[in-house]
Amino acid sequence: MTTPVLEIRNLHARIEEREILKGVNLVIPAGEVHAIMGRNGSGKSTLSYVLAGKEDYEVTEGEILLNGENILEMEPDERAAAGLFLAFQYPIEIPGVATMTFLKAAINAQRKARGEAELSTPDFMRAVKEAGAQLQIDSDMLKRPLNVGFSGGEKKRAEILQMALLKPSLAVLDETDSGLDIDALQVVSKGVNALRDGQRSMLVITHYQRLLNHIVPDVVHVFSDGRIVESGDKDLALQLEAKGYAGFDGEAA
Amino acid sequence: MSALDIPTLKENIDLETVEKVRALDVDKYKYGFETTIESDRAPKGLSEDTVRFISAKKGEPEWMLEWRLDAFRRWLTLDEPTWARVHYPQIDFQDMYYYAAPKSTSGPKSLDEVDPELLATYEKLGIPLREQEILAGVEGASANVAVDAVFDSVSVVTTFREELAKVGIIFCSISEAVREYPDLVRQYLGSVVPVSDNFYATLNSAVFTDGSFVYIPKGVRCPMELSTYFRINERNTGQFERTLIIAEEGSYVSYLEGCTAPMRDENQLHAAVVELVALDDAEIKYSTVQNWYPGDKDGKGGIYNFVTKRGDCRGHNSKISWTQVETGSAITWKYPSCILRGDNSRGEFYSIAISNGHQQVDSGTKMIHLGKNTSSRIIAKGIAAGFSDNTYRGQVSAHAKAKNARNFTQCDSLLIGDTCGAHTVPYIESRNASAHFEHEATTSKISDDQMFYCMQRGLSEEEAVALIVNGFVRDVLQQLPMEFMVETQKLISISLEGSVG
Repeated sequence: MTTPVLEIRNLHARIEEREILKGVNLVIPAGEVHAIMGRNGSGKSTLSYVLAGKEDYEVTEGEILLNGENILEMEPDERAAAGLFLAFQYPIEIPGVATMTFLKAAINAQRKARGEAELSTPDFMRAVKEAGAQLQIDSDMLKRPLNVGFSGGEKKRAEILQMALLKPSLAVLDETDSGLDIDALQVVSKGVNALRDGQRSMLVITHYQRLLNHIVPDVVHVFSDGRIVESGDKDLALQLEAKGYAGFDGEAA
Repeated sequence: MSALDIPTLKENIDLETVEKVRALDVDKYKYGFETTIESDRAPKGLSEDTVRFISAKKGEPEWMLEWRLDAFRRWLTLDEPTWARVHYPQIDFQDMYYYAAPKSTSGPKSLDEVDPELLATYEKLGIPLREQEILAGVEGASANVAVDAVFDSVSVVTTFREELAKVGIIFCSISEAVREYPDLVRQYLGSVVPVSDNFYATLNSAVFTDGSFVYIPKGVRCPMELSTYFRINERNTGQFERTLIIAEEGSYVSYLEGCTAPMRDENQLHAAVVELVALDDAEIKYSTVQNWYPGDKDGKGGIYNFVTKRGDCRGHNSKISWTQVETGSAITWKYPSCILRGDNSRGEFYSIAISNGHQQVDSGTKMIHLGKNTSSRIIAKGIAAGFSDNTYRGQVSAHAKAKNARNFTQCDSLLIGDTCGAHTVPYIESRNASAHFEHEATTSKISDDQMFYCMQRGLSEEEAVALIVNGFVRDVLQQLPMEFMVETQKLISISLEGSVG
């Protein structure tokens, strides 16, 4: 049996005194795309932060295995080097740092952490140009400071560009559709779909079913009150759209 | 040719260095090593005799001695300034040496005569390889950087002088200029920073030991960056550098000054004076990278840096631009300034001041608008980490005759952690209704969200801080000559090591 890319076992986490994750169990085998849907405040974003290792959250119980390795004791940068990528719902501005500079720093930091040689500048430029073209990112945008003054669509495209270049084994997409108009949504989805290669796994966190028309998941999970309350195939998303979350909250109680 | 085997030399010295640094039990300071070169010191303390000793050592003419003695007498009547936001124990000016020179005061005739340890020192200073080769006389080495290396007060090696002389440029030590070009020195020395300008400048005037002299003749564009590396090496020796740069009508020069200093237990005083004179249509660009020993992690030791730097845009359409990267010293008291005397003249000040540990920085500039249509621009970036204090202090003033004077000032402070302080103290004075001054100031912190974002992409904590800080100072970094930019980015990372976590 092959090791799943992600395995979450009975994960409990809290911020200050408030428990937000209350026993999450999730297995994502290699190459699968799973979606997590849930209403605002259900703890979906917290799950993404806890996976990436944001220090505001304290894990009180459970395990997170990435490719079979427990990552709970790892710093965020170590988790990144181990293959975890988080596309932020609200990407952070880094003033004065050209997008290109940031990309190179990130790629080489991960390579260094894995004991690999730095990417040569020509190889790097080629990779950026290639990945950028698909996402309609031109060289002007790459010269601008990362996320500073970017439109909603530009920010999300920049996130996917980073994902394309960093080649994670697990990509967590947190509300990637928020703030996108339909054209931008298509560009971003196309970029994401291009990264589905049968090996890479994805966890798509979203509020709306709309995104899942573009990025079609293998499995859909319904998240409520800090845990997964229902799982099914992509049709579950449609049911949710029709019934709303209320029906599932009842089952969770 | 001089067959100096630098790699072998380096191996030997490195071992010795490692041991010394280990013995000192401090490994934070990357350039913490001492070179054992026999030195020729003046007796401890400061008196007219000390001044006479220095003047005699340098074989100076009578007028120079009188100038020094005049300064010394004025200094006796002055008090140390206390207005800066810096705190340090009382300096005992009688408990220091005012002159130390490597033996052989006549100066080496060639590199063969240069103490090999000195060359090894340059290597550890991180002098770019290309310049090291030139200093070591490596055959075939060519560069467009000329180096006048100041090693504990006496210029030891000056390169490229012949090439510069072809276009009439004089680049030599100030001591040599006093002997060889007395008319120029007498005309300009003290004409920008008067003898009694301030306590430290006056002290410098009395006891300055060496420094650089640059003269660019009319219409000449200096074909290379002129570069000086200063180094404080002798225990308990104050460094009193004196630099004078004169750009004649329509000329241009770019001058680089870079510094590191060895590990110290005791505080060392450094009080330099730099004077720049730009005549009609001339431009001087003066860049500094200062990385002196800042003291250990508890704030013990480190250099006291009390510097007076001033440029005089004496001619019409002249321009003086200061760019500084200040990462070292325990205390920095430094305000590179411009007197915009000529009509249409322009002054610029670009500054990065980083303080970590227990460093105290009080730095900024003065833009004194005297002529018509004068303009100035100030971009100051202060970064405070650890337990440090970082103050920007700047003055912009317009004289009644300075019609249409323009200034733009931007002061940004970045705080890392919550035990440091950043302060901005702008003084703006206008005696002229047509003057137009703008001042912008921001204070920010590196946010946890920025750190998390960068680390999620794989950057370590320190790499993330360095990247964010380099972004913060980008506007100023771009003002540096290309070859200094990369070094400076590294220096910024080194300076902020240990500032997080």
